[in-house]
This record gives sequence, C-alpha cells and structure tokens, in this order.
Amino acid sequence: MTIKTHARTPKKPKADAPKPPPRDVVLAGLPPLPQGARSGRWGDWGADDFVRGFFSRRSALVICAIVASGILCGEAYAQLSPRGQERPGIIETMLNWAPLILFGRPGEIGGFALNILVSFMVMAIGTVTGVLLGIAQVTKSALVRIPAWAITQFFRNSPWLVLLFFTILLMPFQIRAFGYTIPFPDWIKATIGLALPIMANISEVTRGAIQSIPTGQWESAESLAFSRAQTFRLIILPQCVKRMTPPWMNWYAILTMATSLVSIVGVSDAMTLTKLAVDADGRSELLIPMYGMLLMFFFIYCYPIARLTQVLERRYAVVT
Amino acid sequence: MATTLSVEKKSGQRLQVWLAAAGALLLLYFGWSALFGLEPVNFCTGLIIPALGPAAKALYDTSNVNIIYLYEPFECQRLLRGMGMTIYLSFVCVVASVVIGVLGAWAQMSKSKLLRGFTQSYIQFFRNTPPLVQMYFFFFALSPLLPRVMTDYGIARPMFDAFTWAAISLSFFAGAFNVEIFRSGIEAVPRTMTEAAESLGFTRAQVFRRVVLPLALRVCIPSLTNNLVNLVKTTTLAFAISVPEALFVANQIWSDRVNVLEMMLTLFAFYIGLVAVLVWMMDRWEKSLRIPGYGR
Repeated sequence: MTIKTHARTPKKPKADAPKPPPRDVVLAGLPPLPQGARSGRWGDWGADDFVRGFFSRRSALVICAIVASGILCGEAYAQLSPRGQERPGIIETMLNWAPLILFGRPGEIGGFALNILVSFMVMAIGTVTGVLLGIAQVTKSALVRIPAWAITQFFRNSPWLVLLFFTILLMPFQIRAFGYTIPFPDWIKATIGLALPIMANISEVTRGAIQSIPTGQWESAESLAFSRAQTFRLIILPQCVKRMTPPWMNWYAILTMATSLVSIVGVSDAMTLTKLAVDADGRSELLIPMYGMLLMFFFIYCYPIARLTQVLERRYAVVT
Repeated sequence: MATTLSVEKKSGQRLQVWLAAAGALLLLYFGWSALFGLEPVNFCTGLIIPALGPAAKALYDTSNVNIIYLYEPFECQRLLRGMGMTIYLSFVCVVASVVIGVLGAWAQMSKSKLLRGFTQSYIQFFRNTPPLVQMYFFFFALSPLLPRVMTDYGIARPMFDAFTWAAISLSFFAGAFNVEIFRSGIEAVPRTMTEAAESLGFTRAQVFRRVVLPLALRVCIPSLTNNLVNLVKTTTLAFAISVPEALFVANQIWSDRVNVLEMMLTLFAFYIGLVAVLVWMMDRWEKSLRIPGYGR
C-alpha cells in the first residue's frame, strides 16, 4: 500500500540540457568565467565577485531607476516652472556640486573622500585593537579576561554618537610631547571616537570566531606538543581569519554608513557639504535630488560590500 | 499532549514579572509625560533633590564634580524629560519596526513578483544608506513637500513634527533589518510544518499567523534583540533634527553649565541601563517562549 503525501518530489536534474550562463553575468555584459577560475581558498575573490556584488540583484537596478526617474521629474519640474528659466537645471546643478561633495574643498580632504578615509583609518585601528581585545577575552587569566569583557560590553552598548561627543569634547586639541606639538584636528578625534565601538564589536567577532573552533583542534594540537601560544598562532588564528571575514566586512559597511555622523560634530564630510550646497542655492526643488545623490553615493559604495559579504558567507559557511 | 508545550512558571519568577510590569509602567509614564507635557516635577522636587541634592552639592563644593541635575530642579526636570523622550521614541520605534518586519517578511513570501521586488528594494535601500542621511532626507527633503496644517491658533505648521519624522525614519531603518531577520527565521521553519498545516485545511494567512510565525519567532529572537539594541542606540540620531531626547538635553546642559564629563557619564549609564532592561526583557521573553525539544 502506498501513501500519497503532499511532500514535493525532488526535481530530476537535467543532465543533457546545456547550462545557461547565470543571469547576473548576462546583466553585467561579461563573458562567463572559465570553470575553476576560483580555487575557493581564502583570499582569492576576484573582480567577478565585485561585479556580481552589484548586478546580481534586480533591486539595485530598480533603485537606480527610481532615483533616475526622480531626478528626471525634478528636472521637468524645474524646466516647466516659469522661474526655472533663468536658472540652471537640476542635473546641471547636481553635476556642479558633485565634485565638491565627493572630494571636498580644493586643497583639503573633505566630502565623501573624507568619509572613506575615516572609514579606512577607523577600521585599521579598530581591527588591531579589537582583535587584541578579543584574544584577551578568551585568555585563561581572569585578571585579563574580565577587564577585556567589561571594556567590550561598555563600548558595544553605548550609542555611537555619545562616544563621538565624548572624544570630540574631552580629548585635547593638541598634545605636547618631547618638545613637539602634535595637533589633533576634529576629524582625527572623530576617527578615534568611531574606532571605539568598532573595536568592541570586532572584539566580539574575534571571541566568537575563536570559540567556534572545535575543541578537538586544541586537544590534537596539545597532543602534538604544541604550546598554547603556538596552537593559537599556528592553528586557531588561521582558521578564525576565514570565519571572521564576513562579519568583519559587515562591520566595515556599517561603519562607512556611520561616518556620516561626523558631520554632527563639525567635520566637513559629504553630509555637511551637501547641506551647505543646498543652503547656498536656496532652491527647495533641489532638496530631494541633492540628498538623494548623497544617499546614492553611500549606496553605491556599500551595496557591493554587502553583496560580497553574502557571497563570502555562503562560501565559508560551516557545513554541519 | 498539548500541555507539554507550555512552560510552567516557577513561583520565583512571578516577582520578576511584577518588577518588569512596574518598570514598563514607569517607562511609559516618563515617555507619556515627555510627550504630552505632564511634567514629572514632583519626581524632581519631591524625590530626587531631597534625597540626593545635599550630597551632590557637597560633592561640588569639595571637588570639582558638578552633578547639577541632582540639586537643580530645572536641570533635573529637563534631563528627566529628555530621558523620557528617548524612552518613548525607543518604544514607538521598537513596536513599529517589529510590525514593519513582520509585514515585510509576509510580503517577501507572497506570490506577487512586484510586491517581492518592492520589498527587496526597500530592504536594500535602507540597509545600505546611513540612517543619519535617511533622517535628513525625510526631515529636510520630504517634510516640505507635504501640505501644511492649521493649528487652532491659525498658524500653519508642518504636518509632522521632528519627533514623528525621527520615529518614521528610525522605524523604517530598523524595520528593513527586521524583515531580513524574520525572513531568516521563517526559512528555518521546516517545510513539512507548512505542508502539514495546509493538509489540515489552514488557509495561507492562517498558516503564516498560527504556524510559521510562532515557530519563526523562536528562531529569530536573538538576532531581533541585537537589532533592537542597535535601534535604541540609534535613537541618539534624533539629536540631529533637534528632537529633545536625552543626548540633546545633555548637550544643552553641558553647554550651559560646562560639566561635560559628568553629563557624558550620566548618558553612558542611562543608555547602558536602557539597553540592559531591553535585553533582560527580550531574554525573559525568549525563555518563556521556548518549546522543549525545539532549539536547544
């Protein structure tokens, strides 16, 4: 007697059918990759991943289309309204302002470039200190472990903006040491302020990665007469790097978006300059396109990173 | 057999439940008074200042530590209202973002390609742009486009005030993450569950509401907690559009009284306390929802 169930029967794989190239590759207009172009080892993702990152979801295109149509509507509005005749159109104005918002005032670093620079510096500082702090969280000595845990929890659970105000207002604007005067401009202080929460979060990522390594690895290393430090350096940490990469990149994307916070404490980043540009023109129909452009800058920078993170996550997924 | 699913409450836990209820009522009271102008004056002049004022004043006289809100009624009131505003904003955003998350997860499961595409665009847009820029976009770019309304005094004012815009933008921001969280929880529910429910004659909506969602909720509470903690911390951004929440008020106080460090430490303590309460509540919820044999 057979029982009919509602369970779906697995689809039979069609072996003879030619495999169509992936849709994302077609969208990007690139030839499909040769087989085995990636060996799957750590660290060898290529340009194709970045291309996939941006084009493999239709949503990116949908968003670009929405923004473009928004700009065009604004343009039409500006052209049709009588007072728009003697003024430059929306697109022209946006193109005029774009270099300022992207690179800041001539002769100094500012605008979106400053956002990127700050994000790089914060990530460098935060990763080095965060990994050390994370390792300190799993040491055997309670004297090291408990303070490391406390520092991590403190900076992880405080609002970023409060930390930013903390460093901006309470750090000296210069330090005199050994006869030299080291200036601390606002954006350096903001960098340190953003590095604190990143440090704490990377610390947690590190701790999680170390604790996710099976105990068998420690035990077998011990039976092979590795010291604890050697085990850690030669066996555990290399495995952690692989597991930490996706969350690390996730935090980088979050951080890049958070760099816009520095505008509140008076650093002339892309946000500040956009506001200045809109105020300088004083045209209300510019508000949506200009802020939309700013949103797009961030989106275009962060979305590929988010997609790449997903790709890496899938590739490095721990199969249980 | 069905009774084995419900977790029996121990008598010791009842006290915790009462404490949680009292805490929630207190929080709501603060939030309500911050928003609707019922000043928690008696709290300051009646409780805090008589109890702690002399000690704080003595501290200021002997050292340079100026904890002004413990002996100045005005500053005390200001700070309490700011904290109430933060609590209220957090509460509104947490509820709204969870609702958005559930609705979005449902929309992502729907058969309509358009609806799914729309939800996906919404998620990607709000996840990959800075919340501060979103807030500015809402407040400076969208707000002027809406019609103005007349007040009782015949003055035109914007349709939504800064608080509403902050609540809207923060809810959408956190909601985008919640959709992903709920979706991952829904995907973790075994397919056989849905099929079994369908074969018992549940409709699609019933399956979602009575079978999939309760099971998915248990899977996704940990990551939901994470996101809600993040949301509570992100409410500080409302500072940028001058919503009088805790950071804004603290900024006012330290500008007037030049006691940056003291106010800063107060803020840290306040936010860590707020987050601790949220995490504790979510933790309890998670424990009370746990089904034996599901999850750990």
